[in-house]
Order: sequence, then structure tokens, then C-alpha cells
Amino acid sequence: MPFISNTPDQQEQMLADIGMTMDELFADILPELMCKSFNLPGGLSEQQVRNHLAELAGKNSIHLACFLGGGFYDHFIPAAVYSLISRSEFYTAYTPYQPELSQGTLQAIYEYQSAICRLTEMEVSNASLYDGGTALYEAMMMALRITDRNKIIIDDSVNPIYRVMIHSYTRNLQIELEQIHCTDGLPDRRQILRKIDDKTAAVILQNPNFFGCIDDFSDIAEAAHAKRALLIVSCYPISLGILKTPGAMEADIVTGEGQSLGMPMSFGGPYLGFMASKKQYVRKMPGRIVGETTDRLGQRAYVLTLQAREQHIRRGKATSNICSNEALCALTALVYLSLLGKEGLKETAQRCADKASYAYNRLTAIPGVKPHFKNRWFFNEFVLDLPSEAADVIAKLIERGFAAGFPLSRYYDGMKNSILICVTEKRTKQQIGMLAEALESVL
Amino acid sequence: MKLVFEKSVPGRRAVQPGPSDVPTTINIKSDLLRRRPAELPELSELDVVRHFTELSRRNFGVDSNFYPLGSCTMKYNPKVAERIAAYPGFAHLHPLLPQLRMGGMLTQGALRVLYETDLLLREITGMAGFTMQPSAGAHGELTGMMIMAAYHRDKGYKKTTILIPDSAHGTNPASAAIAGYKVASIPTNEKGVMDINALRQSLNDDVAGLMLTCPNTLGLFEPQIKQICDLIHSVDGLAYYDGANLNAIVGKARPGDFGFDIVHLNLHKTFATPHGGGGPGAGPVGVKEKLLPFLPVSIVVKRNDGTYALEYDHPKSVGYIAPFYGNFAVILRAYVYILMLGKEGLRRVAENAVLNANYVKEKLKGHYELAFDSVCKHECVFSPTKQILDNGIHAIDIAKALIDKGFHPPTVYFPAIVKEALMIEPTETESKETLDAFINAMIEIAESAKTTPDKLKSAPTTTPVCRPDEVAAVKNLNIASLTS
Repeated sequence: MPFISNTPDQQEQMLADIGMTMDELFADILPELMCKSFNLPGGLSEQQVRNHLAELAGKNSIHLACFLGGGFYDHFIPAAVYSLISRSEFYTAYTPYQPELSQGTLQAIYEYQSAICRLTEMEVSNASLYDGGTALYEAMMMALRITDRNKIIIDDSVNPIYRVMIHSYTRNLQIELEQIHCTDGLPDRRQILRKIDDKTAAVILQNPNFFGCIDDFSDIAEAAHAKRALLIVSCYPISLGILKTPGAMEADIVTGEGQSLGMPMSFGGPYLGFMASKKQYVRKMPGRIVGETTDRLGQRAYVLTLQAREQHIRRGKATSNICSNEALCALTALVYLSLLGKEGLKETAQRCADKASYAYNRLTAIPGVKPHFKNRWFFNEFVLDLPSEAADVIAKLIERGFAAGFPLSRYYDGMKNSILICVTEKRTKQQIGMLAEALESVL
Repeated sequence: MKLVFEKSVPGRRAVQPGPSDVPTTINIKSDLLRRRPAELPELSELDVVRHFTELSRRNFGVDSNFYPLGSCTMKYNPKVAERIAAYPGFAHLHPLLPQLRMGGMLTQGALRVLYETDLLLREITGMAGFTMQPSAGAHGELTGMMIMAAYHRDKGYKKTTILIPDSAHGTNPASAAIAGYKVASIPTNEKGVMDINALRQSLNDDVAGLMLTCPNTLGLFEPQIKQICDLIHSVDGLAYYDGANLNAIVGKARPGDFGFDIVHLNLHKTFATPHGGGGPGAGPVGVKEKLLPFLPVSIVVKRNDGTYALEYDHPKSVGYIAPFYGNFAVILRAYVYILMLGKEGLRRVAENAVLNANYVKEKLKGHYELAFDSVCKHECVFSPTKQILDNGIHAIDIAKALIDKGFHPPTVYFPAIVKEALMIEPTETESKETLDAFINAMIEIAESAKTTPDKLKSAPTTTPVCRPDEVAAVKNLNIASLTS
């Protein structure tokens, strides 16, 4: 049988050795509780399963030029990333419960936490959460615990995928969720400042926001802090190669989707939720945290720490229920950031911005194509208004080999003709030019 | 060993993007830009490769040697699944594609993987339908609690409490609590299974449901599992099956047949996807017919023309719990595993997992204290004998001594209802030779504990570090290196 080492003879020998039969080993399950049905197909050989999956993989269109973003990005991944994270000592291990056998994972997580702090200019980070959406939900829960308040203000330029998730997770909880409509691509200061009150636990914002617009939330942080509320910022880690950091804006908790840091898109996962905060809040943080210490000989060593927050110790009173997180994805992000390095991340971010800017100029030169927001700074995504329904135009462009963007009507009223276009460093000038020609021809 | 940041040399580069084909312009207002670059390491590609290779050598995985971590099912992870997950047709697929008009046709292969894994898991568990979205077991538990709450709300019930046995994983009470429920604990009886009388006394109209792991964390099958489900149903509660230990019964018995209404599976346990050093995993949730309307959206469906599509319009759904369709690349690996094993292979999984656990249990019985002496399922729980404990040797010392003998230790100090627990789960993929070597090592350690206990106190001596000070780690908290 596949992946079972013992031969039938050995199995018999072991049964004889312990004086049992196989039936006796399962005698504690009453006959009426045995499978009522188990109609599965027969097993496949490795060759058969590879042929089958190669056929299915072939039914997925990966050859479209990708201008789709929306929080999940087609960035270049250096070959060394996959080589290193594929070392089985990393990927066939589990949670580092035994530090002596897990210094590799533990030191890597410590380095990952450090890299996230340096990237966001925050003081502490956890070892990872599932994805950018659940990370934002966990940040919201953390803010409720820190402030002991129950009102959350969230701007509607925060990724709508995250907002619908937060809505689902809070349905059974006593939370007042106030959504603010953004104006002209940026959070509406007047509205937000008016809504922050003594019940407010946190204001949740995103930078760059879902429309790609970039902002400085320092003023909102100040207003929130004046009422002892927190500022939570969700961010796009590649953009932090050049953009002002949430730490510099005085954000209290920072989260984001780490997929862009070396993970393939893989049709939705596994991804990486990252979370960082000010140090004073670390004991309210969810998830694993690795700390540095010394061993018996005084050598530097790493261990899981602050475990009194966690479910395996605190059970129903834990800061979160999370156990398995996305450790291998955190390692991926760390390897990616180490390979790009200080200059490489900056250059990658600048390249994204340059290409997006070039594409914006090319596309807005097409008659009938207009920027949706006037005079807004953007990073590598922007919103254009087309002369007709965006979903239609996108469908036509698929036929011409482009995943041209995302139709905003899916999440926003009154944006039927608006398309969100993303340009990463992977897109070439030629592809951008061809997209412009194709778009012009289908309008 | 130095941190990656400490190896940095100013000006050194690994990956370089090459010349740009578009004009470079500072196109963003300067006060929206960061003041100085992030202090990431400056290294060559070789530096990075050496650093992480060295780290990997300070780690231990299933591929290194036997890893009998109880309740974690550290079985072998087939290499073919890694290869398939890296196929460009899966790895480079953007998750928003099927949400575009006509976009579903661009992802038929991936949608079929999700759809067929759902069908396979239904048959394996006896449930009516699955969501593949939860990213881990605990995420599945939270999703299950949300489904429970939505169901009761729909019925007009006001139910506040979840019953959980004291032997449960900590995630169970934590998941119930963050979903907004109160938790009541049910004690374990002298046979190591649920105290049914205590359960009866805890039943009332406030009870929304019960979360149960079966076999439990002692490796014991609940003999009255059907009655337990019936009792919960008698107060209109729902029975939740934590599938962390499904490996013990897969192909033999199904939680759906026992009477469970909601089930989560850990694909990284029973279905052989790698544990990744602590994730990513996947925790699909299956439900009975009456709960199908409450599953998270989107739902993958097969249309009459044989094509696959996503559905969103389920008004009773708990809503969105993940950005997309789950940890797709993990689900894909589990799909590969199930297809390769097939019907017969999966039956052999439970048989060999249970045989291996009972073999270890019987061989160690005279040397360690067995928490509950009965046939076990996939794992067995021991404690050091009184004589060993009297010599000042604890479960942690036995664990550290095992490391020097080349093995990963079992789970220690869990479940908490067993004092000084050593929880051993061998899994079906291990051979008799490996088990014998482990058993011999355990027996030698038990002997040393009696004759030379001081030697065990100094273990491990073969690892880069020895017994790091966890108390000091909390006291002198250092969880990030902020400057180079």
C-alpha cells in the first residue's frame, strides 16, 4: 500500500507479538458504527496521478497578461526562495515545541518578526496569521481587548474582501461596526473624526487603499489617540519599499497580506497574514511569538514565548484560537526579503510605481478612458472609468489574452464602468502597450 | 549562530531587477514616502542560501527521523504532492479570475479539484457537503461555531453554551469563546472517556452544542458516541466532531454515521500535507443536509453541462470566512493523497496507525505508567513510573533524552488530565524497525532514569542548544531585532 512501510508479514508478526488480531484492535467501535458506505475509487499510481493533475492544471489559464491585483499580486519570485523553503527540515517539521530540535524554525521566525518590524517601523510582530483578512479581524479583536470598548470604525476603501470577512466574524458578537464611505479615493476625515468617540476601540484604514490611492493617516492617528482609540492599518508590504510606514503614522496595530513577499498566487492560498504592533500591546496579541533567550551554556537560543496568551494554556480565555498558523509562508517572506535586501525591495517598489505610472499615462490617453479620481497619488493600482460597463470590457479583453483588471461594480455602487488596474514589476512596457491597443480596440 | 541581519555587508546584493524598460520618475509626493529604506540585510545569493541551509540543519522534520508528536499525526508527506502543487497551472493562478465575467472557464481545473475533494471528503466522513475555506483546524472550529450560531438563530433559538470535554485540545474552548459562546467543561471518567452522567446533568435548553474529538486525546474511542450525539440532539443542540484524530478511524468508521452534524478535518494530519513548521494547514468543515444553507460562500458547484462554477447567493450563509477558496495548494496535496491511496489504501491507514500505536503501547507498558490500559487507537499516553519520578526525572527529561537518541519527543504535558503525560502517536507510515528502535530507546531511558538520573538531566547534548531558558525569555522580552 502507498506510503505504508510495514509489509503484510510484518503486520502479522506485530499483531502476534501483542497477541491481538486486527479486528480486536477495532473491537471498541461497535459493528453498527462501522462505515455505512465507503465508495471511493481505487488508488492511482504516481504516474497516473501526475498525468491526471497535469491535465487539470492545463485547464487553468495562466497565460493571460495579469493586470489583476485587488490585494493579491503577481510579483517576481527568485528561484532561491523555492529551493530554500523546500528543504524538508523546514517543511516536514511542526510547531517548534521542542526548541533543541527547532532552532532553525525558531530563529527564522524571530528573523521574520524582525523583518516585519523593520518593514512597517513597528516594535513587535507575531509569527504569522492565516491571511490579510483574518489578520485584520484579529487586529480588530485585539483592539477590543486593549480598549475594553466595542465600537469599530472602518473605511470602505479597506479591501472589501476583508470587510465582508469582518462582517461575518462579528455577527454573533456585541460590536458596533461603523462603515464610513470614502470620498474621492481617500478616507473622509470629517466623517471619521466626527465618529470617533469614547466608545471607539479602533479606526481601521488601509494604505494603499483598495483603489490604489496612497495617504498619510497621521492626522487620524492623532484624533484617535486623543479619544484613547487605536489606529489599525492594513498595508501592502511591497509598497513599504518606498511608502511612508504605518509606524511613522503612529499606527497602533498593523496587518497585511504577505502573499506578495515570495508566495505564488496559488488560486487563493496558502497566504500569509502578518501583524505588528506597538510593544505595549504585545500581551494582547494573538498567535505564536518567538523570543530570544540563552540556553544552559549561555548560548543564544530561541523559544516560543508569552505562551500564557495562547489556547493550549489559556483555553477559553486565550487571545485567539489560532494554533497552526502559516509558518512556512513566514519563512518564505523572510527568504524573499533577505534576497531582495534593503536596496532590492526599494527598487522593486519603485519599479511597480514606475510601471503603473507609465500604464496610467498610456491608458488615460485612450479616448473615452478617464481616471476615476482626480489628482490622487497611487502606488501600483489605479481606477479608470471606461465608456461602457467594465465587466463587459474585461470579458472582451480576456479573449485577447489579458486579465485586464477588476470590475469595481462587484463591491461598490455607482462604479459600473470603473476598472481597478494593477501593474507589478513583472509587466513589461510591451505588455502595457499591447493592453492599451487591445483596450482601445474593444471600446 | 548569527542572525541574517548580522551577516549584512553594505552594498552587497543578491537579486537585482536589471534595467527598467519604462521611465524612472519620482512620481509620488515626498511626504508620502518613507524616510529611510527598511533595514533589510544586504547579502549575496550565496550568503542567503548558506544562512537558510544552516538554519535547516538546526531543524528536525519527519524526513529526518521518527516524529511521534501525539495528536499531530506526523506521517510521511509524499513528494509527488509537492511536485504537483508547484505545477504552474496551479501555482500561478490568480484567485480573482473566476470572479470575472466568463472567468470561471479560465479556472476549470482548479475548481474541479475543489469540487472533487469536497465529494471525496463527504464519502470519507458521511457528511452532506464541505467548505474548503478554513486555513487550519482551529479556523475550521470557529467556522463550525459560526454555522452552529447561524442555524440556531434561524430556528429562533437563543442558545449560549458549548459543552467540551476536559480532555479536548485548547483550541476547542478558545474557538467557542471567540465565536461568542460560554464554555462548560465535561469531565473524563475513570476509563478515560466522557462521563455520560456529567453530560446528562449539563444538558439544558441553553446548550447550543458539543465539541468532541474522537478518538479523544488519550487515544481512546468513545464507546457511547452515538448516545452522546443523541443526548445533544435531545436539547436541539448540534454535535461537532473535531477531526484532529480522524487518522485512527478513516476508512473504518465515519463521524456522520455516529450522528455528528458538523465535522472539521485537518488535511495536514490525516491527509498527509506537510506541517510546514507550524502551518499552512487546511481545516475543511463538513455538515449534514440541514446545515448546508449555512456554509460559507463561495460554494463550488458542478453545472448540468459538466462545467464548474462558484455560487454566492446563499442568503442563510455565515458569509465569507476566507479571502477565497481556502489554502488551495494544501487542498490540492490532500486531493493527490486521497486519489493515490484510494478506497483500500485509506482503510490500511487506520489499521496500520492503530496497529503501530498498540505495538508501542504494549512494548512500553512495563517500563512506563500507562494512563488508561485498554486498546488504544492512533496514540497512547504514558507517564513516567513512580520510581522514575521519585528519582527526580520528569516527562521533559525523558523527552530531552530521546533527542540524543535521534528521535523527536512525543507531545509532553498534554492532555493535562494525565500527570506528566507522554503522548505518543507513531502513524501508519513508520516501519517496525523504526518503532523497535524507538521502543529500545525509551526502555534505555527508563533504565537510566533509575540508575543514572543525572545524565538525563543534562540531555540533550547533541543539539546546537540545550534547554533554553523560557522564563528568562518572558522576563527579558526580546522578540525582534530592530536595528542592525
